[in-house]
Amino acid sequence: MARSLKKGPYVDPKLMQKVRAMNEAGKKKVIKTWSRRSMITPEFVGHTMAIHNGNKFIPVYIYENMVGHKLGEFAPTRIFRMHSGDRKK
Amino acid sequence: MARLVGVDIPRDKKIAYSLRYIYGIGLTKALATCKKAGVDPDVRVKELNEGQVAAIREAITKLELKVEGELRAEVAMNIKRLKDIGSYRGLRHRRGMPVNGQRTKTNARTRKGRKRTVGLGRKGPTGKKG
Repeated sequence: MARSLKKGPYVDPKLMQKVRAMNEAGKKKVIKTWSRRSMITPEFVGHTMAIHNGNKFIPVYIYENMVGHKLGEFAPTRIFRMHSGDRKK
Repeated sequence: MARLVGVDIPRDKKIAYSLRYIYGIGLTKALATCKKAGVDPDVRVKELNEGQVAAIREAITKLELKVEGELRAEVAMNIKRLKDIGSYRGLRHRRGMPVNGQRTKTNARTRKGRKRTVGLGRKGPTGKKG
């Protein structure tokens, strides 16, 4: 079920704070975050986020049309490495 | 022969149902179109006169229905966007796997295509039966 519009998009408050601070200072630094559940809001655009995938931080540059997606969508948590029999390609 | 929005030529069926042969029109939109055009949805397509066909054509434009090529283009665009931004859903589209979190241990044949059996490199009997 979709989230109630009344509440607005969910963004980790601390993360939001950091992004806002960066925007004000006009600085661009990679922000590490574990908050995969946070929605990407317009403020994020142009920053690089290092999103935790359970193992490492995946650096992701935020583009405009990523707005509305969650951070976690851009840092896959599983790697698929071929079945034993598969060869070719 | 009724030609509506491009290549669609349903006939012999009632108008409401033959409209559904157009990509992007289901029963709800078909009935809405008939209503807008003032055409009885139970009339067969072959019995429609020119004016009625024109009315239906107009109704489709008036209702701003995205239909056929336009709709297909939109869907393709949406998928392309997911692929371009490197999202999980985009990756699933690229690999031809189910996108919405369905199980893939079994089933998922619509997305994965016909079953390919993975040959095991047998090195003696394994415990599995069948």
